[in-house]
Amino acid sequence: MDIVQLLQLIVSSSLVYSAPIVLTALGGTFSERSGVVNVGLEGIMVMGAFSSIVFNLTFASAFGDMTPWISALIGGLVGVVFSLIHAVATVNLRADHIISGTVINLMAPALAIFFTRVLYSGAGQTDRITESFGKVTIPLLNRIPIIGDIFFKGTSAPAFAGILIAIICWVVLFKTRFGLRLRSVGEHPQAADTLGINVYLMKYAGVMLSGLLGGMGGAIQAQSISLSFQASTIAGQGFIAMAAMIFGKWNPLGAMGAAIFFGFAQSLGVIGNYIPIIQDIPSVWLQIAPYVITIIVLVGVIGKSEGPAAGGKTYIKSK
Amino acid sequence: MTNRKDTLNNLLVPLLSVVMGFVLGAIIMVIFGYNPIDGYSAMINGAFGSSFYIGETLRQATPLILTALGFSVAYNAGFFNIGVAGQALLGWLCSVWVANIFSDLPGLILLPLSILGGVLAGALWAGIAGFLRAYFNTSEVIVTIMLNYTALYTTNYLIRNVLTDSADATPRISEGASLRAGWLTELTSNSTLHAGIFISLAMAIIVWFLMKKTTSGFEIRTVGLNPSAAEYAGMSSKRTIIISMLISGGLAGLGGVMEGLGNFQNIFTQGAMPTIGFDGMAVALLGLSNPVGIIFSAILFGALKIGGNSMPMISGVPTEVVDIVIASIIFFVGANYLIRYFIDKRARVNKGGVK
Repeated sequence: MDIVQLLQLIVSSSLVYSAPIVLTALGGTFSERSGVVNVGLEGIMVMGAFSSIVFNLTFASAFGDMTPWISALIGGLVGVVFSLIHAVATVNLRADHIISGTVINLMAPALAIFFTRVLYSGAGQTDRITESFGKVTIPLLNRIPIIGDIFFKGTSAPAFAGILIAIICWVVLFKTRFGLRLRSVGEHPQAADTLGINVYLMKYAGVMLSGLLGGMGGAIQAQSISLSFQASTIAGQGFIAMAAMIFGKWNPLGAMGAAIFFGFAQSLGVIGNYIPIIQDIPSVWLQIAPYVITIIVLVGVIGKSEGPAAGGKTYIKSK
Repeated sequence: MTNRKDTLNNLLVPLLSVVMGFVLGAIIMVIFGYNPIDGYSAMINGAFGSSFYIGETLRQATPLILTALGFSVAYNAGFFNIGVAGQALLGWLCSVWVANIFSDLPGLILLPLSILGGVLAGALWAGIAGFLRAYFNTSEVIVTIMLNYTALYTTNYLIRNVLTDSADATPRISEGASLRAGWLTELTSNSTLHAGIFISLAMAIIVWFLMKKTTSGFEIRTVGLNPSAAEYAGMSSKRTIIISMLISGGLAGLGGVMEGLGNFQNIFTQGAMPTIGFDGMAVALLGLSNPVGIIFSAILFGALKIGGNSMPMISGVPTEVVDIVIASIIFFVGANYLIRYFIDKRARVNKGGVK
């Protein structure tokens, strides 16, 4: 294998593995910026993965090549609906954010497998989908010498979509009125309320956006990596996404960068055997890297990472 | 008078949550064309129908009591130890590891040594999060989540590469390290119930004593209620944080020991975090972090889990309904503002009626 081929393999498989993490980490960013800690990202991904596979299996013949994209949107919408549990519990019912998030994580796999059994006559997993996110080659850009071969040939379309969405999220969060309001609610809800911002509405928006993006992340994971739905389709990616959000300092672009790095670390577990040097490292180091790095970042060894000031606190509007 | 009323209200929250959880489970069964009465009666029979099933239910409750106690100690100190699953896994691993290394020792030494190995592993793993929280003020929630997955992959690696020669399960532990007891097995018609249940019950008493009757327990509760007040009163919050996390992790590790030396008698590679961790959290939340409450809710959840296994065979209802019920129960416990709101409203209406 020559160096260009090797780099192409590394880049494309990193992107495949990072796409779900990028989207979910962006979702987490919106939720936490609005002051709602969301440890339920994993559960939201499960629901997104499940619903996208069901939609994909049912409508593959109708939509053809577009099926995985439409299914991803459906996964996102189901994620929004599911995330409402978290929103209602934390915003209206004053539940502890961590308890509510844990409920999401307990509920999602149970519900998804239950529905799978109902839909597919008792089986605990679905069939494999026929229309998946395959590898695509991006026109024009792929003609750039060397770079085109490495980055734009046989690559993951959802990953590029994820990068684009990350840029949009950054603009929304830092350059729009909505973003400013969302962030102010996460930093100091009382002050925001005094200025006439609807705190509860903003928190709902943050959590629902995390549902949308997390659901899409789960859908992409299911339709590009596992290709069917079962209990092990989502195995820790939601928590890796949370790690990416923290590593990225609650900034969409940072979260995206961290997610791509963690996707790279995950993909090494699969393709590591082809890469010189890396094939000698026990795979366990690559598997635990995202988690250990997050702890190191939190401690402040690589620049301190601190979340929104009012994160995890329930805001009770005084009368 | 008001005190007694408060206790009553406090008890009403978990009780109503359980009822509402079961009702929600029933509604879901009806919507999807299952008969909830068949489903629940299959569950109850499968949990308490014979001495075998009672044994299995108690065996399932054994580690849950311990992981829940572990969670509750940290919770009382104001920390959310979401890492009980990882600490339990390491406790499981190290108990089996020690039991296999010293398998020639007589049981009288080997069993306590193996248990100690598991407890220490859990305590140290949680201690990392406690230490970082005390000295760097890092969120123990995030650190313990990250440590969970670190524990999962490390354990699988150690099983394949250190404990065995690339096998997926370790050999069974020797007779001396086992918690199985012939008379318990006989009493419950060959169920997997083991002597660990007595360790769990004893720990519940010890934790109750520790939290209510000792200085450390008082300090832990004080830091949990008001860290600044605790600091002013001359208690070291740093020390309390670390101690509470060590105890919490040690109990979670002991929960894992129950799986290693009692239930499975070995350890095998895991595809996901062991369920005793998050189920233990659920048990503690339902039991209001009180040792007595924890024993009751652990038996309830043990019954749900074991009884749930009988549901598909007998009534055709998928087992997953059990996990939906458990998640809903915790939802209602967490969102207890809802229940309290209605209790208060009723109380007010009743008062108005008397006047």
